[in-house]
Amino acid sequence: MHSTHRPLLPRAAAGAAAAVLAAGLAACSTGGDDDGTLNILIDNSEATGSLMQALVDAYTEAHPDVEIELEIRPGGTEGDNIVKTRLQTGDMPDLFFYNSGSLLQALNPSQMLTDLSGETYLDSVTDTFKDGVTSGDAVHGVPVGQAIGGGVLYNLAAYEELGLEVPTTWDEFMANNQAILDAGTAAPVIQTYGTESAWTSQLFVLADNYNVLAAEPDWADAYTANEAHFADTPAALAGFEHLQEVAEAGYLNEDFASLTYNEGLAALVAGEGVHYPILTNALTEIEAVDPEGVDQLGFFGLPGDAPAEAGVTTWLPGALYLPQTNEDPGPAQDFLAFVASTEGCDAQTAGVSVIGPYFIDGCTVPSDVPPAVAQLQAYFDAGLTAPALEFLSPVKGPALEQITVEVGSGIRSAADAAALYDEDVKKQAQQLGLEGW
Amino acid sequence: MTTTALSAPRERRRDPRRHYPMWFYLPAAAVYGVLFIVPTVASLYFAFTRWNLSGAEFIGFENFALFFREPYLFQGLVNTLIYGALTSGLKVVLGLLLGVFLTSQIIARGYLRSVVFFPVLVSTVGIGVTFAVLMDPSDGLINRALAVIGVDGPGWLTDPNLALVSVALVDVWKGVGLATLIYIAGIVAIPQEYFEAAKVDGASSCQNLRFVILPLLWPATSTVIVLSLIGGLRSFDLIWTMTQGGPGFTSDVVASVIFKQYQAGFWGLSSAGNVVLFLLVSAVMVPLYWLMGRKEVER
Repeated sequence: MHSTHRPLLPRAAAGAAAAVLAAGLAACSTGGDDDGTLNILIDNSEATGSLMQALVDAYTEAHPDVEIELEIRPGGTEGDNIVKTRLQTGDMPDLFFYNSGSLLQALNPSQMLTDLSGETYLDSVTDTFKDGVTSGDAVHGVPVGQAIGGGVLYNLAAYEELGLEVPTTWDEFMANNQAILDAGTAAPVIQTYGTESAWTSQLFVLADNYNVLAAEPDWADAYTANEAHFADTPAALAGFEHLQEVAEAGYLNEDFASLTYNEGLAALVAGEGVHYPILTNALTEIEAVDPEGVDQLGFFGLPGDAPAEAGVTTWLPGALYLPQTNEDPGPAQDFLAFVASTEGCDAQTAGVSVIGPYFIDGCTVPSDVPPAVAQLQAYFDAGLTAPALEFLSPVKGPALEQITVEVGSGIRSAADAAALYDEDVKKQAQQLGLEGW
Repeated sequence: MTTTALSAPRERRRDPRRHYPMWFYLPAAAVYGVLFIVPTVASLYFAFTRWNLSGAEFIGFENFALFFREPYLFQGLVNTLIYGALTSGLKVVLGLLLGVFLTSQIIARGYLRSVVFFPVLVSTVGIGVTFAVLMDPSDGLINRALAVIGVDGPGWLTDPNLALVSVALVDVWKGVGLATLIYIAGIVAIPQEYFEAAKVDGASSCQNLRFVILPLLWPATSTVIVLSLIGGLRSFDLIWTMTQGGPGFTSDVVASVIFKQYQAGFWGLSSAGNVVLFLLVSAVMVPLYWLMGRKEVER
């Protein structure tokens, strides 16, 4: 509004360098909101960027006097680091986008973030989502995006060609892998441990939580209380073992050690690999590069050893949070109210393809969704879903991705890896000051 | 004799090395205090705390116990020593050979000298990113070139047994120019009389190297060892840009482990790691420095 002030950032394309520069220049004005611009810090993923851009465009159209700047930060652990540092130094913009669940708990939300539980707009947010952004009695976030499934994206054409059925147990999955290997044209399972993609190695463990909970309903609570561990719970250990089995059977793509996430998705669409254990928000990523590619893919939950009914592990989308350092939260609150409304999700639907159900009451999903999304939706409709462990327990170790890379690369055995990860989470639990650690 | 020796200090109380009044040192002391001493003491304190977004809680030596108990943190310590020794050793050997070569009578000597020194001037991060691309197992230039001559190149940065060595080799490529420069300066400073005398005695060029150049180059060698070992022990940027400590933990060094702890929000633990790194570098460097300094005096 006060256009005399320097426009610190270029448009949404502002890179990390600009962010650092802006942080330096605006160091004295916490929040940097003195020029009437609403600044929002988001991660650099295609999915977040396009969703946020759609929301901002719709909001500024309705409110032409408001200017919103999206500031981009890196993702992964480097991004966690930036978020924590900027919160700690009081240098966080008006709003920021971040994960829900255990990663949010590591931000010490009750001291850093504004409690939104009294706001009326939060009434339309579903309880399932609120559980993922709650600390104590305080609710902190408004969801951006839709429910995400963690499981296996697969190439539909390859399944049709080889006459394969969607597997419901681990043995069926391995049989499919063997059939694909025997056909000899594609790698059965894609893994991507290249630059900044090591996180993708965790899916065998994290997306197995539905199966863990099917076998051990009390797993999450016992785990949080330091009574159950990955190494001594066979159902939980299975995730590590499955990764080891797949790697030892020679089902992985040859270049797994250097392939990146985006290259892995391209390889899946191209049919160079048939299965890719990943989160379904990868579909947004694919759509941005290759809009046709999304229709080539199907989705199924990661099969377990013997669950009664095959289901899927789900992730909550990330949320927008209001830091307590924001001295003039009015405009930010108004934007949050818009995001939590049906207008907000309609704007998201108009801007980016829907990849799952919304967490806002009254929001509808269009009927003509890609096949993978329809398959994910079917799990939700049948009630065959369970949240990932990070939404049931604040305990998540930072080194899991390196540990699973070691398992997938044949450096470390599954049992050894599970024991090592149990050690790793201990640090996080102690850091959070949990009872019993 | 004795009287003059005694009366001298009485005459001038001030240390003869001190050329300026005390308060001249104050600005520098303030800068040094704020930027170096205070953070050092603070990090020493935080190493004994569990420090998160809500504050720091004193927990004694627990961070240090944790640091040494965890297998991959310890692995980082071992890798650091390997990395430091490997880069330092190769820089000494290659730097010396290049130094001798580039002081001999060859064509385009000035050009070759600048070529060898050039990598020192390039940003480490730039080198790391470039070599990460060059060393890509399937698409990288190195393995493609090897494929042309029929060699199946290894996964330089993806093979767990090779990743640390690959990064160390790039470090040597980048740093050997400085070692060469120091050696060239050392060789040029050797008086010609020694070579003439050796010539008169009928020394071969090998004997020249072994009995004239090497012993007289000891100051240069010790400088190269000290600089490259300190650099190697606290090396971080190249490893982080090339492998991020991977695959898994196989190329983690202490500095990258510390950085990961910091990223994960374990600020107390990462401070403890920094204290360990400081003690490690001191434990290696202080005796080495003392030993080499003594050797120098003996000559």
